[in-house]
Amino acid sequence: MSVAENQATAGRGSARAVAILSSIGRFLVIAVTTYLGLLAVTFFIGRVIPIDPVLAVLGDRAPTAVVERTRREMGLDLPLIQQFYIYVKSALSGDFGTSVLTTNPVMSDIRRVFPATIELATLGTIIGAVIGVPLGVLAAVRRGSLIDQIVRIIGLIGYSVPIFWLGLLGLVLFYAKLQWVAFPARLDVVYEYTFTPITGFYLLDAAMQGQWDVFYDAYRHIILPASLLGYFALAYISRMTRSFMLNEMAQEYIVAARAKGLSERRIIWGHALRNAAVPMVTVIALSYASLLEGSVLTETVFSWPGIGLYITNSLQNADMNAVLGGTIIIGSVFIGINLLSDLLYRLLDPRTKAG
Amino acid sequence: MMMERFALRSRGLLAGVAMSALLAAPAFAVSPPDTLVEGFAIDDIITMDPGEAFELSTAEVTGNTYDLLVRLDLSDTSKVKGDLAESWTVSDDGLTYTFKLKPGMKFASGNPITAADVAYSFERAVKLDKSPAFIIEQLGISGDNVAEKAKAVDDTTFQFVVDKAYAPSFVLNCLSATVASVVDSKLVKEHVAAVKPSADYKWDNDFGNAWLKTGYAGSGPYKLREWRANEAVVLERNDNYNGEKAKLARVIYRNMKESSAQRLALEAGDIDVARNLEPNDLDAIAKNADLTTTSAPKGTVYYISLNQKNPNLAKPEVRQAFKYLVDYDAMASTILKGIGEIHQSFLPKGDLGAVDENPFKFDVAKAKELLAKAGLPDGFKVTMDVRTGQPTTGMAESIQQTLGQAGIKLEIIPGDGKQTLTKYRARNHDIYIGNWGQDYFDPNSNAQTFASNPDNSDSAKIKTLAWRNSWDIPDLTKETEAALLEKDSTKRADMYKDLQQKILDTSPFVIIHQQLEVAGLRKNLKDFKLGPSFDTNFVWTVSK
Repeated sequence: MSVAENQATAGRGSARAVAILSSIGRFLVIAVTTYLGLLAVTFFIGRVIPIDPVLAVLGDRAPTAVVERTRREMGLDLPLIQQFYIYVKSALSGDFGTSVLTTNPVMSDIRRVFPATIELATLGTIIGAVIGVPLGVLAAVRRGSLIDQIVRIIGLIGYSVPIFWLGLLGLVLFYAKLQWVAFPARLDVVYEYTFTPITGFYLLDAAMQGQWDVFYDAYRHIILPASLLGYFALAYISRMTRSFMLNEMAQEYIVAARAKGLSERRIIWGHALRNAAVPMVTVIALSYASLLEGSVLTETVFSWPGIGLYITNSLQNADMNAVLGGTIIIGSVFIGINLLSDLLYRLLDPRTKAG
Repeated sequence: MMMERFALRSRGLLAGVAMSALLAAPAFAVSPPDTLVEGFAIDDIITMDPGEAFELSTAEVTGNTYDLLVRLDLSDTSKVKGDLAESWTVSDDGLTYTFKLKPGMKFASGNPITAADVAYSFERAVKLDKSPAFIIEQLGISGDNVAEKAKAVDDTTFQFVVDKAYAPSFVLNCLSATVASVVDSKLVKEHVAAVKPSADYKWDNDFGNAWLKTGYAGSGPYKLREWRANEAVVLERNDNYNGEKAKLARVIYRNMKESSAQRLALEAGDIDVARNLEPNDLDAIAKNADLTTTSAPKGTVYYISLNQKNPNLAKPEVRQAFKYLVDYDAMASTILKGIGEIHQSFLPKGDLGAVDENPFKFDVAKAKELLAKAGLPDGFKVTMDVRTGQPTTGMAESIQQTLGQAGIKLEIIPGDGKQTLTKYRARNHDIYIGNWGQDYFDPNSNAQTFASNPDNSDSAKIKTLAWRNSWDIPDLTKETEAALLEKDSTKRADMYKDLQQKILDTSPFVIIHQQLEVAGLRKNLKDFKLGPSFDTNFVWTVSK
């Protein structure tokens, strides 16, 4: 903030702009170093693991001559440093190589699998925030009451129960018994023929094309895994909201507001929550970012072809191009969301307005 | 008052959100009546080009979408029958095979099937020289001579010349492998990409390989509509098929890795067949009145092998003692129940000459006697590389316990499948536990890997399983080669019986069981049958 303060004479607006620009600049430096570190670490881990990458391409049954030829084709006979140099060079031009498992360029694979994860994570975060924030507020306002205890227990379960177990339980109950939701996949078999995705976000695509039956089907497939992720986000968000709210409610300005005779509702929603909202943004953004990494277990249980499953599957098969590409994309998203939440923080925090 | 109102409001809000989140109208889940839907772990698929693919799931797709000259006869798997070929003759010198094609056949594209297509299919497979190409190349065919060795004499006559007077059963069995699938040359040639020739690849085009990785140019009962990696394979009926048309309009393989998820989807009727069921889910399905199970032995055997670089394991008595230190019966009734059958010789059941007797029983006293003879009465310490997952882990634990009874201390080194395999292929293990699936449906496939090792040096060109265990066997290698040239099928079968006996008696391989493939299915499904190999898991006979 010192930069902004020094230039206070230049006017409030431009001071804020400078502050924001300087934080973007700082983030860029962090981002670049993080990228390079990420590249190097992932690359070398990929090369030192005791798995022969040629095995991933050819399987166990290929004849020796084919194995040797493929090793040369993959450049694996070159010195490690040279391999790294070649990799960084092509990665910088946006070429992450070709995935062994899918035979597609890694970037086109990620374009295919990432929307599936984003769609799930977005819906999950919305569910988590829309339910988690009011629950947290309620728990804080009625501190020590039965409701507070219930919210605490909901949170505890969310923290401690393995997600794949809860996922299977959800499938048994809502899918197998009640038939409220559809089976593990993104769409029903019948729509394989009538539906062509555009963006890869099926709900959005279906709505854009006006295919409301597809929309409903996609909804029936996504709602259970999204609720599950939402529940885990909720557990975290509600606990954090509660503690932020308690912190605000103990502030002097709340006492002052009460003394002024403001309604309790206005105090909670208009004052306390507004101030608590600032750190809440970071909490929600971070939980969104962690969902975007792809919840491997959720994606496995629900046969959801997202990025978590893609990277795990690639890793198990020593498909290092895919692992590296995926890791870097996720790294970018994580860094991007951090930057975004930092900017939002500045926009929402009334103190930066006054500064 | 205020607080209460707030609480009431938020309670209403919460209930509303919860309702809208979960309130999806109950819908009756059932797969479409003209479509077969299978839940199947298809994440091993890396290409759909029959000249390149060598994975099990792909073999099943290729088997249903492409035709061959000859195909395995499912009523007697030691023989083949004509597929595209109406008849064939073998010249007296045993070198020239002449195939007469059935007349008037068409590819799915509508192009006529001619001998030129067959010749092109062989040419591209050999010139591409991918993993499965050796099945054809071992008959003396190479990129340089394929034009004269595999050629069209006229539109319906295809001639194939091999380099030695092999057993005709061997040659025909090789031609029944998926790599010999016949592609639509006219269609493929529309999609070839230019390639700059190099030392490793002498040709100026890719023979449509890049396109065929996801494309389709066949004539089978089904045509491949789409493969989305790690998601689904979609097949559609081929109305141009030259035989009896497929009963169902579509077949969809859905990638599902989780056994319990497959079971739930099968119970709900969203899939008709579940292909990767673990024993407990299988049990539950067997008990369900709407569902049933089916199984078939596959050409894969599970074994442990003793690296002969380890001086203790290299002693013949020790090799023999290990065969008495596996509790076959206990394994069969527990960890292998429903997924494997005890089988101790290297040829899987169904192969020409396969021996189905299991001479070894768990016998600690006998094993101790053998160890004493080897000068190791108190046992020794040894390690075993085990890929995590079942059934290998359970088998390894059982073996660890039974070896312990004879004083052999086994340390299990767990690892990821590719990791243990990398070590095994470099001959750095003591004991390895793994499986071997035959490459093509002929006894030579397994004989060549278990019973031959032409060069035991580290720089060997051919690295068989015997090589991986440093087992130097010049005599058995010669015998394996001789069996390949025996024209009389009965005599050839006898030679393999002899080889299997010798492997049982002397080898460092303790072969334990043959894999059973199991599937759970809905009872309304008719004529669903698993074949003896993945490329014979035919779906075109299935109806609902």
